[in-house]
Amino acid sequence: MSPKKPFFWLLVAVIAVFLLPVVTRDVGLRESLLLAAIYIILATNLNLMIGFTGYVNFGNIVFFGLGGYIGLYLVTAAGFPVALAATVAGLGVGAIALVFGLGILRLRGAYFALATIGIAEAVNAFVSNFGPWGGATGLYLSFEAYRPLGGPREALWTVYLLLVAVMGLSLFLGYAVKTSRFGLGLFAIREDEAAAAVLGVNTPLYKAAAYSLSGVLPAVAGALFFFKQGVIQPDQAFDLTLSTEAIVMLMLGGQGTVTGAALGAFLYEQFRGILLTSPVFSSFQLVIAGALLLVTVLFLPGGLMGWLYHRWPRLRRVLE
Amino acid sequence: MLGVFASMLDGVLVGAVYGLAAIGLTLIWGVMDVINLTHGAMITMGMFGLYLAFTELGLNPYVALLPVAGLGFAAGVVIYWLSVHRVVGRPPLMSLLSTFSVNLMVIGIGTILWSTSPYNIDVSLPGFSLGEYTFTGNHLLAAAAAVLIAIALSLFLARTRSGKAIRAVASNRRAAELMGIPSSQVLARAFGLGIAIAAVAGGLIATLFPFTVLSGSDYQLKSFVVTVLGGLGNPTGALAGGILLGLIEGGVTPFIAVSWIPVIEFALFVLILIAFPNGLFARRTHR
Repeated sequence: MSPKKPFFWLLVAVIAVFLLPVVTRDVGLRESLLLAAIYIILATNLNLMIGFTGYVNFGNIVFFGLGGYIGLYLVTAAGFPVALAATVAGLGVGAIALVFGLGILRLRGAYFALATIGIAEAVNAFVSNFGPWGGATGLYLSFEAYRPLGGPREALWTVYLLLVAVMGLSLFLGYAVKTSRFGLGLFAIREDEAAAAVLGVNTPLYKAAAYSLSGVLPAVAGALFFFKQGVIQPDQAFDLTLSTEAIVMLMLGGQGTVTGAALGAFLYEQFRGILLTSPVFSSFQLVIAGALLLVTVLFLPGGLMGWLYHRWPRLRRVLE
Repeated sequence: MLGVFASMLDGVLVGAVYGLAAIGLTLIWGVMDVINLTHGAMITMGMFGLYLAFTELGLNPYVALLPVAGLGFAAGVVIYWLSVHRVVGRPPLMSLLSTFSVNLMVIGIGTILWSTSPYNIDVSLPGFSLGEYTFTGNHLLAAAAAVLIAIALSLFLARTRSGKAIRAVASNRRAAELMGIPSSQVLARAFGLGIAIAAVAGGLIATLFPFTVLSGSDYQLKSFVVTVLGGLGNPTGALAGGILLGLIEGGVTPFIAVSWIPVIEFALFVLILIAFPNGLFARRTHR
C-alpha cells in the first residue's frame, strides 16, 4: 500500500494515541488501553474470517488461549525471553490452525461454524487434562521471569508496548489482506463460494490460510497478556465470553472493514468500562451484549461503518 | 465385565435423553436451515422451569413436564418472531448470530436470577438392581419418556395435517406457500415445537443430574455431537445418535478419568463432521 493512503495516517494516529500513557506514565489509562488493544487484536483478526470470508469462527479465543499457554510454557520451562516466546507461540498456533483448517476445510457454512465450536471445546478439554501445562490448575510465572525486563513494574510497560505493536500489525494485516489478491479471493468466497471455486479460487486452501492467518497475532497477544498476568488457567485462557464478545464487537463496528472492527472493539471496551463501574448494570453485561448483537444483526447488518458509508458514500473511497 | 455392561446400559438410558434434546435442534435445522444457538439456553430454562414447578408449586416433576413443554412452545414462538423470522433464508452467519444473541440474553438473565451455583431436583423413584449396580427409576422413566416423545413427534409429522404442513414447508417453502400454507406461521410453530422438545429434555436431565444456569451449553454441545452423529435435520437419526453417544460415554467411563470424556467426545465430533458431513445414519437421498 502506498503511504499516502489516509489509512496509513489513521494507523499512525491510533498508535500515537496508544502511546499517550507511556508519555504521561498513567497506569490507569494504560490498563484501559491495554484491554482495548487486546479487543482490537481479537476483533480485527476475527474479521479475516467473519468479515472477509463470511465464515463464523465461534472458537476464536482458542488462538489467544493456546498462544498464552505456549508462550508461558516456553518462558517457564525453557527460559525463553518473552518476545521470542510470543513469536514462537504465534507461529506455532498459526501452524496448528493451518492443520485444523486443512482438516475442516471441506465443510461449508454452518457445518464449519459447528466444527469451530467442536475444536474450541476439544482444545479446552484437552488442555484442562494436559499434565505438562498444569491441567486444571494451569501455569504460574515466578517473579524471576520479569527480571530480564527490569523487574515486574518495567515489564508491564514493555508488554504494553509490545501489545500496541501487535495491534498495529493486526490493523496493517487486515488492510494488507483486504487490498491483496488473496483478500479478493476471500471476498469471492464470501459472496458465492461455488462461483469462486469455478472462477479458479482454490477455496479450501484460501479458507485454511485465512483461518490460520487469523490465529497468529491473537496467539502472540495471548502470550504477552498471560505473561503480564503471570498465571494462565484453562477457564481464563479459553474464556468463551471473550470469544463471543469479540463477535459482538466486530458486528457492532461493521464486519468486513478494518476500521469498523477496530472502532467496534474500542467502543465496546469503553462501554464495558462504564457498565462495570455502574452497580446496576454490572451484572447485565451479557444481556446488553446480546441485545446489541441482535439489534445489529437484524437492523444494521453492516454495523457502524456500514451505516456511516451509507450516509456518506464518499467516506468509503477515502478510508478503505 | 458386569460393571462395563451396567455402565453402558446406563449410558443408553441417558443417551436417549441426549437424543431427545438433539431432536429439538435437528427439527429446527431441517425445517428452516437455521442452527438454533438458543438451544442450550432453552434446555437450561427447561431445567429451571421444572425446578420451580417442583419446589414452588409442589408439582410432581413428571407432571410438571407438561407446563414446561407448553411454556417452551410459547417461548419458541416468541423467539421465532423476535429473532429468527427476519433471517430465515439469509446466509447462515445471520441466523447463527441472531439466535446466539438471544442465547446471551437468556443466559445473562438466568445468571442474574439464579447465579451459577448448582441446583438439583430431589426426586428418586425405585428402580432395579443388577448385581451390585442399581438403575434408578428416574433413569428408566426419563429414557422411556424420551423415546415416547420421539415416537409421538414422528407420528405428528407423518400423520397430522399440521405436521404435514411443517414437512411441506421444509421441502419447498415457495411451493407450500402456493398451496395455501401460511409458511411463516408454520415455521413459527416448528420453531416452538423444537424449543418445547429442548425444554422437556432439559427437564428430564434435571431429574437425573444436578445442574447450573450454564449446564445448558454443555448439553447444547452434546446435541451438536448427537446431531452430527445422526445427521442434521433427521429426528430418527438424532435419537439413534443420542443412544450411540450415551453408549460411548458409558463404555469408556470405567476405563478413563471422567475429565477426559469431553476430549474424546469433541475429537469424535470434529472427525465425524469431517468424514461424514451428512451423519452416520443419513439416508442417501438428497444433499
